[in-house]
Amino acid sequence: MKVRKTKESPPPHPLEKLLRSERLPHIWCSGCGIGTVFSSVMAAIQKSGYDPDRIAVVSGIGCTARMAGYIRLDSFHTTHGRAIPFATGLKLARPDIKVLVISGDGDLLAIGGNHFIHAARRNIDITVVCVNNLNYGMTGGQLAPSTPLGAKTTTSALGCPEEPFNFCYLASACGAVYVARWTTLHIRRITNSITDAMQKKGFGFVEILAPCPTSFGRRNKIGSALDMLKFYHERSVIRNDIDPKDASVDFENHIVLGKFVDTERPTFMDNYQMACNGRIGNWLDPNRAIAPENEAGR
Amino acid sequence: MFSGDKRVAAKAVLTGTYFMNGDDACCEGALAAGCRFFAGYPITPATEIAERMSRRLPDLGGVYIQMEDEIASMAAIMGASWGGVKAMTSTSGPGFSLMMENIGLGICTETPCVVCNVQRAGPSTGLPTLVGQGDMMQARWGSHGHYEMIALSPSSPQEMFDFTIRAFNLSEQYRIPVIIMADEVVGHLTERVVIPPEGEIELVARRKPAVPPDEYLPYRPDQDGVAPMAGCGEGYRIHITGLTHDEHGYPGMNVETQAQMVNRLIGKIRNNKDRIIRTENICLDDAEVVIVAYGISARSATRAVREARSAGIRAGLIKLETVWPFPETLIRDIARRVRALIMPEINAGQMVLELERCAGGACPVRLVSHLGGSIIHPGAILGAMKDALKRKQ
Repeated sequence: MKVRKTKESPPPHPLEKLLRSERLPHIWCSGCGIGTVFSSVMAAIQKSGYDPDRIAVVSGIGCTARMAGYIRLDSFHTTHGRAIPFATGLKLARPDIKVLVISGDGDLLAIGGNHFIHAARRNIDITVVCVNNLNYGMTGGQLAPSTPLGAKTTTSALGCPEEPFNFCYLASACGAVYVARWTTLHIRRITNSITDAMQKKGFGFVEILAPCPTSFGRRNKIGSALDMLKFYHERSVIRNDIDPKDASVDFENHIVLGKFVDTERPTFMDNYQMACNGRIGNWLDPNRAIAPENEAGR
Repeated sequence: MFSGDKRVAAKAVLTGTYFMNGDDACCEGALAAGCRFFAGYPITPATEIAERMSRRLPDLGGVYIQMEDEIASMAAIMGASWGGVKAMTSTSGPGFSLMMENIGLGICTETPCVVCNVQRAGPSTGLPTLVGQGDMMQARWGSHGHYEMIALSPSSPQEMFDFTIRAFNLSEQYRIPVIIMADEVVGHLTERVVIPPEGEIELVARRKPAVPPDEYLPYRPDQDGVAPMAGCGEGYRIHITGLTHDEHGYPGMNVETQAQMVNRLIGKIRNNKDRIIRTENICLDDAEVVIVAYGISARSATRAVREARSAGIRAGLIKLETVWPFPETLIRDIARRVRALIMPEINAGQMVLELERCAGGACPVRLVSHLGGSIIHPGAILGAMKDALKRKQ
C-alpha cells in the first residue's frame, strides 16, 4: 500500500488575520515597494489598537489602490482620484470608524489633487498613505506630478518637462496636522508614522518613496529594485521637524525624510458641531479694536 | 452622524400644508425619507436644495458638506451610504456631467443614493437660470458601460416632495443611484405642498444580510435580484470595487464574471420594471390622440388635453412619473389603438426616440420640440394634435 505523504501546512502569515489570503498572489511586480508599505499598513493597524471591524480602507485606482482588495477590512476600491471624497462621506456619516486612504502619487495628487488639498484644509479626520513611485506604474510608466524634471517615462521619452510637487510641503501648506515622509527602507518608521497619524485626530499624511523598477527604474537607468533601494539609502537624510518647505526631494543630492508636522487643529466635524450648536461665533466683529501690530510682523 | 445635540429633537417631517417651491419640497421629501447626509456644490437652479439642506440637516443630527466639486459630491454621498446613512446630492447640467463617472461606480457597486438634477438649458453653460429638458438621455446613458437606470420626473412641487421619497425607496430597494429629473421651472415653481403625517409615509430600507459574516457573499442576490447589503463597520469586512466582480465582491477579469455581473445589474431593474414604472393616465379610455409627457412639459400637456377636450377632440395624456425604465408595454398597447402619439419636450427630441421605438410604427409619433429658455405653450401641443388628426389614417 502506498503511503501518501501529507503536506504540512505552512505556518500562518503573522498578519494572516488582516489578509484576504484567498486573493493571493497579488498583482505587484517583483521589486515593487508597495508590498513593503502594505505590510507596514497592516502592522500599523495592529499596533494602533483600533478594532479592525471599525477600520475602513478607501482607495482609488492604480497599483497602490489594489491594497484595498488584499486587506481583510471593510475596503472600498473606488474611482481614480476620488478615494478622499468617498472617505470624507464615509467618515462624516460614521465618525466612529477610522478611515484610511491608501493611494499612489498620480491617483492622489494628479486627478485627485483638488480633493487632497480640500480635505487637508477642512482637516477631515482621515489618514492618507501615499506610495510615491514617481510614475504611473499600472498603465506602464507615464509621467506623474511626482516625476522629477528630466526623468524618462513613456510619455516623457525626451525627459519630463515638468517640475514635480513636494507632496509633504503641499500637505502642510493645506493644513494637514501630521505629515511625514519615508522610503520603503524605513519599515519601522513607516509603521510608526501610520500608527501616529491614525491615532491623531485630523488629516494625517504619510508619503513613502517606493521603487518601481519595472516602469520607472528601467527607463532611468537606476538598475534593479535593490539598486533603487541603495540609491535611496545613500541619499536619504532624516530631518525631523524641519520646515516642510525645506523638506525637499532632491535626487541629485539629498532626499529629506522625517516627521515634518505634528500639530493640533479642530477637525471639520469639531467645527461643524460647534456651528450646529450655535457656538462657532461670528467670523468678525468689525467694531472690535485692532490688536497692536506685532513687532516681528513689520 | 452625531447625537446628543439639543437640536436633534427638531422635526424631520413637517406635516402640514405649505406654499413651497419645488427645490425646497425636494429637500423636505428627502428629509422625510430619512436622508441625513447631503454633499453638494452650488449650481443654479438647484442651489435652493443645498441651501435648505444646510439649514435643516444640523437640526436633525445629520451632516451637510459643501464639496469642492460635483465629482467629490457624488463620491461623498456614496461613502456616506456605505456608512449606512441615506444620502443625496443635487445639481444641474454641468454638475450632472461631472457626476457621471461616479454614478457608474454607484451602479456597479450597487450603492443606494439619490441625485436630483434640476435641469437647465444646455449644452455647456447654456441658459443657467432657464428651463431645459436636455439631460434625459444623459440620465439613461451618461455613464460608460451598459446598465439600467431608474429616473423619475416630477412636474410640480408636490411631486418633488413625493417623488424624492419614492427615489429614496427605490434606491434602497434596488441598490442603485436613483435620479430625480426635475427642471428649472418645477424647481422654482411655488405651489401648495401637502406633507402627510409621518406615520403615513411609506419608507423602504435596504435589506441587511440575514447570515453571519463567514457565510455572507456581498453580491449574491436574493430572489428579486438584489443582494442584501452589509454596511461599513458592521463586522462583515466587505470589499467593494468598481472592477467587474463576483459574488464575493472580488475582481474577476474574465468574460464569465463580466456577463454574470452586468446581466444581474440589468436584470434587477428589468425584471422588476412593473413595480418600478409608474404613469398617470388621463382620459386614455376613449382617446384618439395621446400625449406622452414628463416634467414641466406634462403641465403644458395637461392644459392642452383640457383645451382639446372642450374643442371636441378626444385627447388623452400619459404622464411619465418614471422616465427610466420607459413604459414600453403601455406605449405598445396604446399605439395600437390611437391615431397619433405626441411628445412635447424641451430639447430637440430625446424621449421621443424611445416613444417611437416602443410605438413600433403602429401609429405616427410626433415631437413638439422647444429648445429651452421657457416652457412649451399648450397651444403648440394643441396645434400638433389638430394637425395629427387632420391627416388621413
